[in-house]
Amino acid sequence: MSTEHLHAGESASLINDPNATETPWRLPSQRKAGIACLIVTESTLFTIFVVAYLFYMGRSLNPPYPAQVLEFPWLGSIALFSSSATIMLAEIMLRKVNRFGFLIWWGLTIALGAYFIYFTATEWMHLIYGKNLTIGSNVFGSTFYALVGLHLSHVFIGLLLLSTVWLLTFFGKIPKDHHEHIEVVSWYWHFVDAIWLVVVTVVYIISVNY
Amino acid sequence: MSDTIIDPNFKAPEPERVGEERGSLTRIVQELVFTVDHKKLGLMYIGSGLMFFVVAGLMATMMRLQLAFPNGKVLDPDVFNRLFTMHGTTMVFLVGMPIIFGFANYLTPLMIGARDMAFPRLNAFGFWVFFFSGFLLYFSYLAAPGLYAAGSAPDVGWFAYSPLTAKAFSRGHSTDYWTLSLLMGGIGSVATAINIIVTTLCLRCKGMTLGRMPLFVWVFLVAAFLVIIAIPPLSACQIMLIFDRYLGAKFFDTQAGGSAVLWQHFFWIFGHPEVYILILPGFAIANEIVPVFSRKPMFGYPIMVAATVMIGFISLTVWAHHMFTVGMTSIGNTFFVVSTMIIAVPTGIKIFNWLGTMYGGKIRFDLPMLFCIGFLFQFLIAGLTGVMLSVAPFDWQLSDSYFVVAHFHYVLIGGLLYMVFSGIYYWYPKAFGRMLNVKLGHWHFWLFTIGFHLTFGPQHIAGFMGMPRRVFTYEEGRGWDLWNLLSTIGVLIQIPGILFFVINLIYSYIKGKKAGDDPWDAWTLEWSTTSPPPEYNFAKLPEVKSRRPLWDLKHPEDPDWKFE
Repeated sequence: MSTEHLHAGESASLINDPNATETPWRLPSQRKAGIACLIVTESTLFTIFVVAYLFYMGRSLNPPYPAQVLEFPWLGSIALFSSSATIMLAEIMLRKVNRFGFLIWWGLTIALGAYFIYFTATEWMHLIYGKNLTIGSNVFGSTFYALVGLHLSHVFIGLLLLSTVWLLTFFGKIPKDHHEHIEVVSWYWHFVDAIWLVVVTVVYIISVNY
Repeated sequence: MSDTIIDPNFKAPEPERVGEERGSLTRIVQELVFTVDHKKLGLMYIGSGLMFFVVAGLMATMMRLQLAFPNGKVLDPDVFNRLFTMHGTTMVFLVGMPIIFGFANYLTPLMIGARDMAFPRLNAFGFWVFFFSGFLLYFSYLAAPGLYAAGSAPDVGWFAYSPLTAKAFSRGHSTDYWTLSLLMGGIGSVATAINIIVTTLCLRCKGMTLGRMPLFVWVFLVAAFLVIIAIPPLSACQIMLIFDRYLGAKFFDTQAGGSAVLWQHFFWIFGHPEVYILILPGFAIANEIVPVFSRKPMFGYPIMVAATVMIGFISLTVWAHHMFTVGMTSIGNTFFVVSTMIIAVPTGIKIFNWLGTMYGGKIRFDLPMLFCIGFLFQFLIAGLTGVMLSVAPFDWQLSDSYFVVAHFHYVLIGGLLYMVFSGIYYWYPKAFGRMLNVKLGHWHFWLFTIGFHLTFGPQHIAGFMGMPRRVFTYEEGRGWDLWNLLSTIGVLIQIPGILFFVINLIYSYIKGKKAGDDPWDAWTLEWSTTSPPPEYNFAKLPEVKSRRPLWDLKHPEDPDWKFE
């Protein structure tokens, strides 16, 4: 059979079955699928750094060792973990189209994230100048700063995203059809939190025995 | 969306500014730089991949000339080291990856009945990041010596084992160019892979369930998942290497408790899935070409999907078979021997299914099928030597010998490159509206096939006789002379073959026979639109009810969907 009639203008319905029943055709959301893939790929990146940290645990040839210098980061962790709750509250406000409530909770999330960065900065100041632990001190220093720093860089990027959303909302209005955009940002933020759970367990709970 | 009517006769108004007329040089450059069209980007990927292919092929030719006779004097040893490093890195990251992404970009939306990729701008970003990462790598020839007057291009081998990359052993900036180029290229690859996954999952036209997707798209979905899982380990170890070289970190510094073996693990955790990222697209193209040219639907579609997914999973667990000679525990050795052997099972299933498709079919020996049959034979040889090498004691004898070189060139040339040629002969009419010349194509096939086997066949034997890879020369009387000479002669036969191919690409673009929309009488959606397809691909988004939508349309009295 000739295919001449198949030109762009007419390639419309390839099936002409009169008995076909209309079933709804649903596909996953592009944004959610995209951010899910990003989270998978970032997770493998973190896995490698976590494995490197675990592999080098107890293999430093010279002090400082984790047991001597690490203190559990209570305040930073509490701030970061609670920011996952505030961002959820912000989303609830968004669904209610409560602009003021959204700005408050979203802003609080930013503040908590910023506090986490400040907390880690002071911790690193203390480690570098007080305890003489640098990235070149020993393999503990290398893996510690690489892993915690990688996470910190993700917090920083998350903060940039959060601040962009906050500023756009502050100067504009909550775009009703943009709910999914904001949900995607919050997925990323939850991911950054979840990673901190792993990092805290590995670095501040397991490795302080060495 | 499906109700949108686009007038096919619509023409964009001509621009008013000088230099922006259609066809002028500035306009062409502007279109290439600004484009977010998946078809243009796909062709740009394939085009730049072929460009780098020629460069890396010339490097290989220079190395073969050096090795043609014992005590060769063509190249200096340090130049030779740079050449094999750049050849390997280029072929994997700047030829293999972009060409497969090119195919995925061009064909995925057309095959699933979509108008573009899910994230067109991310797509353009991925391409340009890849493109400039290539320039970054080659810029090392100019800039790497730095103020130290140290070596120019990277010379640490494509897997850059530590401690060769330590500051003390790799002075200057050559290794840094290599590291940064791969880091950058990795970002582009991950971006493109995410795009492929999301496009496949979220943009399928009505009725295109996962069970009806063309196998091409299925295989690329798995390959893209492998990319997003396998590339980050590479990026991670590149980051660690930069920390080591510039911040004094101790990751791979054995004197400070670091581990050189860890680099090998991290690199091959990336490196082995990468091999499957490169060969799976070869399978994908074969999945389309074998049925169309055997005039039969694919034999065992669900099994093919299952085998592809199995390969995807198992390929993540086999990396340390590259490291048998490192001295792992016997449990480690056993695990990686067994997993490597197991991965041959789904691969074998695929080969049997292709044969099952061909069996009893009305086979047409057109050029795509010719290359495809070459692929089947050559990939079988590659697979068999692969299973041989998976046996640890055998590997202890032949690791890092020319046997390994022959093995992976049979995989990547005999497997991937043959399917890339096959795919180009198959889809060129779709992309440019003209058929590739058959006579030139036959010259290409026979010269290249004879040259290829003459080059890499004897290398198996040279490897058995103990010739290590990466040596820049060898003494007389070790029994390697003849095999090396044959190998070099083979290269000199391959070159005219490639020349015929390039001439064919250009000649047929101008003078080729008009192709029409569906020159091969094929069954997937890309053949239902014009050749070349309009920018929006389909005026009205199609709707499918079976795995062969075009068959249904051409044979309304006997549609496939009645049997699915």
